[in-house]
Amino acid sequence: MTRPPGEPRRVAYLYLLPGLALFGAFVLYPLARAGWISLFEWDGVTRGTWVGADNYAALAEDADLRRAFLHSAVLLVFYAALPVAIGLVLAGAASRTRVRGLAALRTILFLPQVIALVVVALTWRLIYQPTGWLGDFDLALPAVGLIGTWVAYGLCFVLFLAGVQKVPLSLYDAARVDGAGALREFFAVTLPALKGEIAVALTLCTIAALRNFDIVYLTTAGGPGDATSVPALEVYERAFETGEVGLAAAIGVCLAAIIFALSFAINRTAERAART
Amino acid sequence: MIDRREQVLAHVVLGVFALIALAPVVRIVLGTGSLATAWDDGNFSTSLRTSAIVTVSVVLVSGVLSILAGYAFGLMRFRGEQVLFYVIVLGLTIPMEAIVVPLYYDLREAGLTDTYWALILPQAALSTAFGTFWMRAFFRSVPRSLIEAARLDGSSSWMTLWRVVLPLGRPAVLTMVVLVFMWTWNEFLLALVMVSDESLRTAPLGLAFFQGRNTSDEGLLMAGALIVAAPVVVVYLFLQRHFIRGMLSGAVKG
Repeated sequence: MTRPPGEPRRVAYLYLLPGLALFGAFVLYPLARAGWISLFEWDGVTRGTWVGADNYAALAEDADLRRAFLHSAVLLVFYAALPVAIGLVLAGAASRTRVRGLAALRTILFLPQVIALVVVALTWRLIYQPTGWLGDFDLALPAVGLIGTWVAYGLCFVLFLAGVQKVPLSLYDAARVDGAGALREFFAVTLPALKGEIAVALTLCTIAALRNFDIVYLTTAGGPGDATSVPALEVYERAFETGEVGLAAAIGVCLAAIIFALSFAINRTAERAART
Repeated sequence: MIDRREQVLAHVVLGVFALIALAPVVRIVLGTGSLATAWDDGNFSTSLRTSAIVTVSVVLVSGVLSILAGYAFGLMRFRGEQVLFYVIVLGLTIPMEAIVVPLYYDLREAGLTDTYWALILPQAALSTAFGTFWMRAFFRSVPRSLIEAARLDGSSSWMTLWRVVLPLGRPAVLTMVVLVFMWTWNEFLLALVMVSDESLRTAPLGLAFFQGRNTSDEGLLMAGALIVAAPVVVVYLFLQRHFIRGMLSGAVKG
């Protein structure tokens, strides 16, 4: 659509005003404030000292913070790559046959998405209790990651299923007439048709992975040691426990920038893929 | 023609992952101890009330503001439309984690921490970004002829919105309401930061403290988990079409 619908109208501003005012006051203004605070060394109580970009330099130099961001990268595998892979396998399976009880299956697989993460964390802590994984230096991070996998793969499946159902049946018939097996059919028909859905799934899962606070805070609180520390947890601890408010704000700003850049990049790639 | 073995395999794969999805939920339900004891020990009557007040307020405020702003974006033309819309889209990617620190210190300065305002206003603001985006898409889909006809009848833009256009948008509004309800009900970080007064704890925050006190009593913990999760799960079972439709559109909560 080249021309936006509707008449030119001044009254539009009146309709926009309340929403934009609230959004400006409680989202945009705090974001700008976070940028400002991040330029100070401040304990939250006494007067802060201007340090310029030092807090951002610390993000690169501080070994603890580097590790937190590294953990986030590892969690991307569990929170985004793995759920998308499982979702694709499940959607592929559902596309090959007429599955009995598909509606019920969808309801069940999507269920983890609507359960409060506090409840998810508490339940998985009990499930892991006999294994001791959450207290193991090497296993704690993958164990936390698998909780994220559990939360997300149903969302990916449902998303891909909706995409598969839009694929013209003739494409599948043609592939079958050509004698394509399940694998070839998946790569030749299903996967190319799902580019847009994969991009959406990757965006949602990536954001969830990077923001990850609730699950880590309530299962391991970053431990043992700092084996499962993540940026969002560092924001909370530095701002409210160790009195490094400026640094906490800098981590938050960085996190927002990374999330914005990644979701932008994923959607750009998908748009380009869709055009070719 | 797909052979039988392949069909069986597909069903087995789907069945196994459905079981994995369901297992922790089954564990909560079967492992639940005395709901009454958990209810009293965890002070859930208070925290559920707080959550209800916060959730209803956020849904109402962000719902109305989103309808108004989405109407302007969807059906009117004005200077700065594109810039303002990009600001809203940017808002969809801003995480609560990035703004919670300045929010806390500024709201404390204003004497608003440990009040309902601190729980309601930031969430209503973030939800308004999503809601505006969502409602704009609906308003764009409304046939232009309908609006022209209303205008020829002498209907003001305000009356056109509420009497002519919005009645068509019930499904879109309902989808927005259930998503904002779920996000607000399940929110944890904001409550953790803003509230120290026990009477203002939301249900998830109350459950986290309950876990801290009762780590050994699994039955009580599961009962608490059930109490906190149930409202959203019940609404989901009735309105799952809306949950799925909304989340599949790529909806992200800030």
